[in-house]
Amino acid sequence: MVAKEVLTGTHFMNGDEACCEGALSAGCRFFAGYPITPATEIAESMSRRLPQLGGIFIQMEDEIASMAAILGASWGGVKSMTSTSGPGFSLMMENIGLGICTETPCVVCNVQRAGPSTGLPTSVGQGDVMQARWGSHGHYEIIVLAPASPQQMFDMTIRAFNLSEYYRLPVLILADEVVGHMNERVIIPREDEIEIINRRKPSVAREDYLPYEADTDGIAPMANCGDGYRIHVTGLTHDDRGYPAMNAAAQEQMIARLVDKIRNNREKIISTKNLYLDDAEIVVVSYGISARSAMQAVRNARDEGIKAGLIVLETIWPFPEELIRSVAPGAKAMIMAEINGGQLVLELERCACGACPVSLVSNFGGAIIHPNLILNAISKAAKGSI
Amino acid sequence: MTDKRERHILITGFGGQGIVMAGDILGKAATLYDHKHATMTQNYGPESRGGACSSQVIISSEEILFPCVEEPEILICMSQEAYMKNVKSLRPEGTLIWDTDLVHTRKADMHHKTFHIPATRFAEQLGTKMMANIVMLGFLSAVEHLVHAETLKKAVLDSVPVATKENNIHAFNTGREYGTSIIKGLVKPEPGKHQD
Repeated sequence: MVAKEVLTGTHFMNGDEACCEGALSAGCRFFAGYPITPATEIAESMSRRLPQLGGIFIQMEDEIASMAAILGASWGGVKSMTSTSGPGFSLMMENIGLGICTETPCVVCNVQRAGPSTGLPTSVGQGDVMQARWGSHGHYEIIVLAPASPQQMFDMTIRAFNLSEYYRLPVLILADEVVGHMNERVIIPREDEIEIINRRKPSVAREDYLPYEADTDGIAPMANCGDGYRIHVTGLTHDDRGYPAMNAAAQEQMIARLVDKIRNNREKIISTKNLYLDDAEIVVVSYGISARSAMQAVRNARDEGIKAGLIVLETIWPFPEELIRSVAPGAKAMIMAEINGGQLVLELERCACGACPVSLVSNFGGAIIHPNLILNAISKAAKGSI
Repeated sequence: MTDKRERHILITGFGGQGIVMAGDILGKAATLYDHKHATMTQNYGPESRGGACSSQVIISSEEILFPCVEEPEILICMSQEAYMKNVKSLRPEGTLIWDTDLVHTRKADMHHKTFHIPATRFAEQLGTKMMANIVMLGFLSAVEHLVHAETLKKAVLDSVPVATKENNIHAFNTGREYGTSIIKGLVKPEPGKHQD
């Protein structure tokens, strides 16, 4: 029996398995990784499924090598990914930067657990939000998605591949232990219903091709190794040929393009789910598993007659700055719910820019935020005491 | 009639008993065959076998947002440690189910609706104690209505290795028949073991 690439149908599967199936549906055919709770089931599923589809699964010696391997595979023309959790994510940071600098499409899924260090390996955390944004050295823009259910693990992994192929960079999925380990209904559509985006290929003659010469939208067509085009790939600051260019002007030109290709397209990249924002006085902002607690709290608040609203961040980075700036002046208060000591709340405060008070409902990890804690914060804010 | 109420079930024991698998099968039956909503989350320590372990299942006719089971209405205990740790969380009107041979109950907890079955012993008699979780699911299907027994059986078949399907259905039926006999008063359950 030939294995199916897309497991069309209704399933009861966990988020990690759904991530694997999303990746395969998107065309991923190379996975390199090192097992780590609570992301192991992604690697485990990949090790079973990829060989059936003619793909390659490699268990690497560590996460540094895993990240390097998927960059190499991507230059070989294959869609590639890795998965990990906090400790492994820390090790991947340098090579994520290499992927950004060399504009290499690939996907990294971090199923977050409570840290720092080994922390609580089998319990939930959302403490890697700022690491995902700034963990590699230097200045850059990044795309980070935050699924809140196994279904979104499937859908967003496909989107992560599409974004990485289009914008040519590693796209990060910040899941968490509960979303990764929770079983829930996952509906996998028919293959022809899934939108797939592949990297832009060169349209010029081989002798005219420059690997980092961008089109007008800042994105350079990508020739794979072996396509017959001349390419040069380096983590050094480089010119359009891909050759090292060791001066401030080249740095300015290269980084401006890497940053602008994301910033200028943020409206297309940013995705939020907004609930009751039309008349909301208290606006809760949340992401990942915490967004489910937030939604329960907002619905309960509405039942109590409080005009509460919700913004679920499906993309964490780029942060929806314009949306927050437009909502904050009409709100009595905004509340961030997240499982860390307060990370994305800083960005919320920055964007609310004093237009309304901002508060935080959080814990340091190990347990989901209870909806009642968010409801209490909403009730307090509605009474004007924040 | 649509049941809008969320049903909260906590299955507990130690790693290696198929606790998470039992939760998965229950959720699968509810989601895929009874067309309800279900979530199954799990708790375990860093060790894969022998450590305390639980699976939390919620079944509802509506979307489930908060997937944690804090006060279960049905608590299944497959180890003494799990019993001691979790029995206090059971709702007063809730149902307590345990493995007769593995749990010594306290009289103070007997105000709940209680059922017990020597699931591990029955499974051993059928060939392997690995099927104790399936015996327990069969028993559960007889003493509490969460999903249709036939759909639960289908979900068991979906979840076990091909070569063991027949044995697992036998295990399921063994548990179910024992439960049905108790409910109908046809057999008197074995005396449970008490600590006090």
